[in-house]
Amino acid sequence: MKVEQISIFIENKSGRLAEITGVLGENGINIRALSLADTSDFGILRLIVDDSKKALNVLREQRFTVSITDVIGIEVSDSPGGLTAILKILDNNNVNVEYMYAFVERSGDNAVIIFRFDDIDEAILALSNNGIKILPSVRITSI
Amino acid sequence: MIWNDDFETLPREALEPLQLKRLQQTVEKVYAAVPFYRDSFDKHGIKPADIKSLNDLQRLPFTLKQDMRDSYPYGLFAVPLEQIVRIHASSGTTGKPTVVGYTRRDINNWTELMARSFVAAGTTRGDIIHNAYGYGLFTGGLGAHYGAERVGASVIPMSGGNTKKQLMIMQDFGSTVLTCTPSYSLYLAEVAAEEGIDIRKLKLKVGIFGAEPWSENMRQEIESKLNIKAIDIYGLSEILGPGVGIECIEAQNGLHIWEDHFIPEIINPETGEVLPDGEKGELVITTVTKEGIPLIRYRTRDITRLFREPCICGRTHARIERLSGRSDDMLIIRGVNVFPSQIESVLFNIDGVEPHYQLLVERDGNLDTLEVQVEVNEQTFSDEIKILQGLSNKIRKDIKDLLGVTCKIRLVEPKTITRSEGKAKRVIDNRQKES
Repeated sequence: MKVEQISIFIENKSGRLAEITGVLGENGINIRALSLADTSDFGILRLIVDDSKKALNVLREQRFTVSITDVIGIEVSDSPGGLTAILKILDNNNVNVEYMYAFVERSGDNAVIIFRFDDIDEAILALSNNGIKILPSVRITSI
Repeated sequence: MIWNDDFETLPREALEPLQLKRLQQTVEKVYAAVPFYRDSFDKHGIKPADIKSLNDLQRLPFTLKQDMRDSYPYGLFAVPLEQIVRIHASSGTTGKPTVVGYTRRDINNWTELMARSFVAAGTTRGDIIHNAYGYGLFTGGLGAHYGAERVGASVIPMSGGNTKKQLMIMQDFGSTVLTCTPSYSLYLAEVAAEEGIDIRKLKLKVGIFGAEPWSENMRQEIESKLNIKAIDIYGLSEILGPGVGIECIEAQNGLHIWEDHFIPEIINPETGEVLPDGEKGELVITTVTKEGIPLIRYRTRDITRLFREPCICGRTHARIERLSGRSDDMLIIRGVNVFPSQIESVLFNIDGVEPHYQLLVERDGNLDTLEVQVEVNEQTFSDEIKILQGLSNKIRKDIKDLLGVTCKIRLVEPKTITRSEGKAKRVIDNRQKES
């Protein structure tokens, strides 16, 4: 149910992003979803890939600072108000969203949203109790 | 253990008359042989015969680093070049280096003082000394080398650089004592970890570190990362090179200055007034046995305290506190005095932060700006922006609280701050270029 997300520290220097995607590409690692959070000095690149263990190893070898965080993916109907229903459930259960990012599936009418919570187990419980389906991790890593 | 019991534990009632006798001889010698000193004494209306007690030392004028530069290369030598057997020079990052010459007796004394220092640090003839101070114009390599041989230890003349090879030799030869700069010892530990070598399991037991100021926190870091005792050694090429003073392994509390060869004083760097024992100020040293280039009241620019209480090791020689910084490393940021070592101590007190940092000083209009670059590592990294920003806010606040200066913190990727194999380059000051 939980998905491993890889986070990478990057200074705001030109070409840094390309170096990371280059390392992953050379090692046959496919990026499934990504989000880049940035400040004036540095950024954090968050990635979901098809082989997170391998990605972690090759990035460490190239001396990037990386970490692994558990996140979850939820399918949301690609229609107005689809996200609000989920956020309300979380709010009612006092679960905080640290950050989230979305992408649209290749086929189908749904969007997938990746969530990072302060308390992931609490979030999973609240969502499941309210009939929200959390995507199995294979569904996401093999999108 | 003590190398030279007679001199190192000489009661102060006997040590001080010896200092006075040697001071009088030195003053007479420089007045007769060095035009710079004759002019300067004449200008101050003082004659060698006026030095009747150790207190009269205060009447003599100071010698400055600039005086050595002005006398480049041989102007301050007190003997003809035929009697000089070795010449060293300081790194001289700005302009010409300062040049020092040694007679055969100077080399012999230096060797003696380095032998005393090695033994004070717990070294015996059974040790294998891995000497990673640079050999060359810099005094560190050869100074330590001669002293190590005098003790009878086996010395490996590694010099600086080629870190992987250093580690191989350290493993294969079974080095037990490491001599280098404190920052290089941490770099060795870092490279060892990358190479999969457990440096804590090597035979090293003691490191003798000098040539740059380092904090007590850095000592703890070195001691735990390398699993050794880290001993602070003091020296400067103008006075001798390494071995002007050293911590004893028994107390590790202050560095004994070899007072039968040097007279230390602490002065107020603004007024030049001599301060009582225990007060913080600039260290001033007078050499009383040197022949090649004796120096009278040389202003070291090093900031410390002096104390003369007896030490548990039995040595009677005065101790200086570990240096808080060199006055020329001191940055003045918007009127506030900042030593890089103070920023280092702030970083050490924050969990997980590595001691690799660099200070970038610039002038924006009329305003000085200080940027502290700190490396992020896997311990401090987080996937959440707010945690990283919390880290930089904490560093900024701690620096502000300690130093009263506002700075900008820049988190940088690991290993992007250049590792030094000699003296660490902590400060990039871009202000001078503009003026």
